[in-house]
Amino acid sequence: MGAGQPPFPPQPPRPPQPPGAPATPVKPQVKALNCPQCGAAITLRSFQQAVTVVCESCHSILDAKDPKLTVLQQFKAATNETRPMIPLGTRGKLRGTDYEMIGFQRRSIFADGERYDWHEYLLFNPYKGFRYLSEYQGHWNDISVCKSEPTVESRLVSRANYLGEYYRHFQTAEATTSFVLGEFPWQVRVGDPVIVMDYVKPPRLLSYEKDKQSGEVTWSIGEYIYGKEIWQAFKLQGQPPEPIGVFENQPSPNTINLKQVWGFFLLLCVALLGLMVLSDLFSSDKQVFNATYHVAPGAPKGEASFVTDVFELKGRESNVEVVTEADVSNSWIYLNYALIDQDTGRAWDFGREVSYYSGRDSDGNWTEGSRKDKVIVPSVPAGHYYLRIEPETDAQHPAINYSVTVYRDVPVFGFFGWGLLLLFVPVAFLTFKAISFERARWAESDHPILQTESD
Amino acid sequence: MTQPVANCPNCGAKITFQWPSSVQTVCTYCQSILVRSDVDIKKVGQVADLPPDSSPIQLNTEGVYKNKAFVVAGRILYEYEQGGWNEWHIVMNDGSSAWLSDAQNEFAVSFPAKVPLQFLPTSAQVRVDQQYVWNGVTYIVTAITTAHYKGVEGELPFQYWDKTDVIFADCRTHTGEFATLDYSDEQPTLYLGEFVDFDNLKLKNLRQFEGW
Repeated sequence: MGAGQPPFPPQPPRPPQPPGAPATPVKPQVKALNCPQCGAAITLRSFQQAVTVVCESCHSILDAKDPKLTVLQQFKAATNETRPMIPLGTRGKLRGTDYEMIGFQRRSIFADGERYDWHEYLLFNPYKGFRYLSEYQGHWNDISVCKSEPTVESRLVSRANYLGEYYRHFQTAEATTSFVLGEFPWQVRVGDPVIVMDYVKPPRLLSYEKDKQSGEVTWSIGEYIYGKEIWQAFKLQGQPPEPIGVFENQPSPNTINLKQVWGFFLLLCVALLGLMVLSDLFSSDKQVFNATYHVAPGAPKGEASFVTDVFELKGRESNVEVVTEADVSNSWIYLNYALIDQDTGRAWDFGREVSYYSGRDSDGNWTEGSRKDKVIVPSVPAGHYYLRIEPETDAQHPAINYSVTVYRDVPVFGFFGWGLLLLFVPVAFLTFKAISFERARWAESDHPILQTESD
Repeated sequence: MTQPVANCPNCGAKITFQWPSSVQTVCTYCQSILVRSDVDIKKVGQVADLPPDSSPIQLNTEGVYKNKAFVVAGRILYEYEQGGWNEWHIVMNDGSSAWLSDAQNEFAVSFPAKVPLQFLPTSAQVRVDQQYVWNGVTYIVTAITTAHYKGVEGELPFQYWDKTDVIFADCRTHTGEFATLDYSDEQPTLYLGEFVDFDNLKLKNLRQFEGW
């Protein structure tokens, strides 16, 4: 710029500003503070929402509403205290919304002299608000506060109706907060007792929580979520811990709906029944041959065989039923049959025995055997056939008259029974598996499923 | 929408009413609380600086409720033991107005209800767990809160300033409705509405948060 360059033209006078011009809205910022107890750095991540904040180094619970961060409580924490698996300040996108982990607490219940711990992670988004993740032995739940009031119905096992759906009571317990980190939009203290009641409808969990001191009641609704999804959402290192046991609202790994399975089974039964009816309707069941024969008394064993007249089997390849009726009485007759195709000479050999015995003993009258015998010869093509019959009887037999009747294409129901059994096996197996899972679930509840075995 | 224009009786700045039925507004320059009558605008008070709060909503945030577009015209800010709590005065595009409350990002839209006074409990009568039937719906009193009035901003449908502690009884139902009994005045006022999902409001012109 040359020296002769005129100076900048004078700025026009600014219009007088009214006093206290509107300030541009202040962007809320994450606040960095110091612990009044130990001086350690403290971050407030939920802006003005924080009510209490915990100093991570000296475990003082501080009043976040107070600019001086008055100490409200100080608690002891073991050096080997469980650290949150999602570190404070971690951001992730959970089911479509960005959240930051801002608070962590361990809560404990005592039952049967044992301490059970679970962990709660408080997630925050300045627009969407708060959300919780709970973790118990590798089982996770995605939890939010209910906006509608559930109704509890007292019965043998009470249940809660939430938005028209029933949740079954699982457990009532007294819980205390035993360790805290980060910040909370409520008054948190270590040792404060609450009554918790869980109602389940897997994969959902409806929880009632009543502060024993203030009497304030909070209902929340959770959904079982797999650790893997959380690890992906928050890009956590390593693998989520392997879940131990069956959790109260864990969905059954049998992804099959038992009701549907049984419904399907019944449907198949009906279909089978229909098939039976159809097979009955479509079977011609026609008598094609009938003759009566006589064996003289005392005829020698191994009487000569003979052949019958030729009869015709018509229609599709189908079965043939041979019915033998003999007027045996305390005697027997054995018949060697051969069904022979006149044209091809193909033969179906089979032997049948007809025997009938009766008498009287100390138990009264008895009978054994039957005067009638039926046999099915499957898959016989159409054609002209005859029977070769070779009767055998006792040497001392009386005279025996017997008749042979042949039916073509009779309905057969036996394999339907086998089909039914085959269908039933997987259904029974699935049912057993589901029942075992439910038993494991409810074993931890106030209402274990009764077992017949010592348990 | 008409935008009656006047001047602040305190500082002379231009005062614009977004909503014809507004009774009270705050001068954005000098923070005077102004009340409009048929003839003029009077200064009735002065807003102290509003305490910082974290509502994602601000004046002129726009949204949609039940297919009606609305704009945020004003608010009343309270504080209670769980932090800040805002009643945002929203003006619908059909000229009606309602309240969008934001308590810890739990949002509800409510309207003044036309329920005869005899069906409303007084602040001395109301208790947690009581049930009331209003317009055929059973409401359960779930919380009684003493809120500290912290200030106002923008346009309101009534005069509201110079309050101290105000009692509210919040009610819920089994099916997502919401009600508030407001004991700011001698006689209780009932607001009926419902909880709303943040995303469903399709809010625009929201506040920005550092880092988000």
